[in-house]
Amino acid sequence: MSSAPPTALAAPADTPQLKALGGPKPMSSLREAVHFALGNRKLVFGISVTVAMLLFAIVGPLLASHAPLAYGGDLAAAPTTHDGYWFGTTLQGQDVFSQFVNGLRLAFIVGALGGGIAAGIGMLVGFTAGYRGGVVDEVLNMLTNVVLVIPTFALLLVIASYLRVRGIMTESVFIGFTSWPWAARALRAQTFSLVSRDFVDLARLSGRSSWKIIFREIAPNMSSYLFMMFILLFGGAILIAATLDFIGLGPSNTISLGMMMQLSVQNAALQLHLWWWFLPPGLAIMAIVGSLYVMNVGLDEVFNPKLREM
Amino acid sequence: MLRYFLRKLFVYGLTFVLAVTIDWSIPHLMPGNPVLTLMGRIQIQDPKVAQQLYAHYMRAFNLDLPLWKQYWYFWVSLFHGDLGTSILQFPSSVTSIIVHAAPYTLGLLIPAILLSWYAGNKVGALAARRKVLDNTVLPLGYALTATPYMWLAIILSWTLAVIWRVFPVGYGYDPTATRGFTWAFIGSLAYHWFLPFMSLFLVSFGGWAIGMRNMIIYELESDYAHYLGALGAPQRLIRKYAFRNAMLPQITGLALSLGTILGGALVTEIVFSYPGLGYQIYRAITNEDYFVIQGIFLFIIIGVLVANFLIDIAYLIVDPRTRTGMMAGGGS
Repeated sequence: MSSAPPTALAAPADTPQLKALGGPKPMSSLREAVHFALGNRKLVFGISVTVAMLLFAIVGPLLASHAPLAYGGDLAAAPTTHDGYWFGTTLQGQDVFSQFVNGLRLAFIVGALGGGIAAGIGMLVGFTAGYRGGVVDEVLNMLTNVVLVIPTFALLLVIASYLRVRGIMTESVFIGFTSWPWAARALRAQTFSLVSRDFVDLARLSGRSSWKIIFREIAPNMSSYLFMMFILLFGGAILIAATLDFIGLGPSNTISLGMMMQLSVQNAALQLHLWWWFLPPGLAIMAIVGSLYVMNVGLDEVFNPKLREM
Repeated sequence: MLRYFLRKLFVYGLTFVLAVTIDWSIPHLMPGNPVLTLMGRIQIQDPKVAQQLYAHYMRAFNLDLPLWKQYWYFWVSLFHGDLGTSILQFPSSVTSIIVHAAPYTLGLLIPAILLSWYAGNKVGALAARRKVLDNTVLPLGYALTATPYMWLAIILSWTLAVIWRVFPVGYGYDPTATRGFTWAFIGSLAYHWFLPFMSLFLVSFGGWAIGMRNMIIYELESDYAHYLGALGAPQRLIRKYAFRNAMLPQITGLALSLGTILGGALVTEIVFSYPGLGYQIYRAITNEDYFVIQGIFLFIIIGVLVANFLIDIAYLIVDPRTRTGMMAGGGS
């Protein structure tokens, strides 16, 4: 979750420089980016797998012929084309396919929402600290360090265990509120390096408000960086949610990929060889998160020519 | 350097106070009388036990006192090592449960963290800008680091323990063996330890290998590396310098990843019914044994803070700039 992000983003792409490389008659920077994006195998692979999984998450539930939590199928039946039990059934006769696509949807929701909230807080804290500096920076930095040191997963455990009804929204919000610190720290450093440049000084002289300067002058210059940060937070949120769900703190009244794994382990699916129950959920998470990470490296290479494979 | 340490210690102290405060306030923030809610959820047949438990909870929560006094007593009992009593394993204390479970978790975590960090960095550094090796290490690393810990544990358990029966399915040791300092028992411990250790090791290995590989590529493209190359320095020397520079963010990353691998250890233990903290916390969650959950949380906080401090010291040793006060290492 967090071991990859800080190092992967340690030395960011320098977009202003990239634009300058175009010389006197520059190819439009968008066209250039698209050109290199299509030529980057990692990026193409990452986007294809992610989009495929996303489509599966959207279309899948429409194809499922049974409700995710409904009983009634044969008990522990292997995958079959009969009656729509394509992924087989659980020990209690529930439709694994239906549970799987339902979980897939929840994974994308948690990723988008949790990752989005974390990115929002990270931007707010990082930009403010980097732009203001001084006491504001000291205080925000202290806050960032404290949240960074707290093992947030353990914190989530305690909070979630006291909630009687747990929803996917609350889960995402909690994940978002605990996973922003590394992003804030990285953005703060980025903002610091941009704040002292001429174009920012010029914008200040024009008397624009700070937030306008941050969002019109500073943020666009690290847009690629922000996007990559969001991708990593997205993947991280999916992994955290799966872990929480597996430990028995998943959302009530629905089923996620993590909960599928928990129930399969609890019901001795391993000993009974019900592989169709416990293989798909983990494989799906691995595919989504892995392709997001690969996409991230691909983007890094597209935006930062130095990193491209020789 | 002293300033650096004081700053760090201040952050850790603040974190600890905050964590304890959260731990204390969560039951108080929930609506209703937590004791009645707790009692309502545990079905106890024996009225005598129920009464005893009720009295115990009232005392433990100090609900009749003003809030600040409740908070104060929470700290006092914390410093006496009193974290309350388990409901599920009544009347054993939470502290004794932790003391019995923690060695298993630490025995998994510490080797997994250190070995995966070491091996991942070595392999990642080797793979960077070496086409053939990179083509295997990169996809494998990404696949591993994107794998949920419990799923890898499930896969290892299913293939190596259930299908091929090379390793035991679960538990910390052979229950028929007599416990003690005998070779047979230590062997049994190691035999049961291997699979949970491997699942932790492999997932974090992937992350470190990828991280190091990417860092080395950044370093090899930096000015000093090009300058060395232009001077005619051998590739091996340039890589050596690149490795030493890439090491620093990896040490910082080690501190950042502690929470993640810890979560991984908890769920891995659940898959293998390994009798550590994860297994205890899982039982506590499914049985709503709140004192155990909260106690383990505090134990984890203390453990992570201590580990962070040790990593800070390591950073000081590795990066001479922090010692001369040129910069605050670890990005504080």
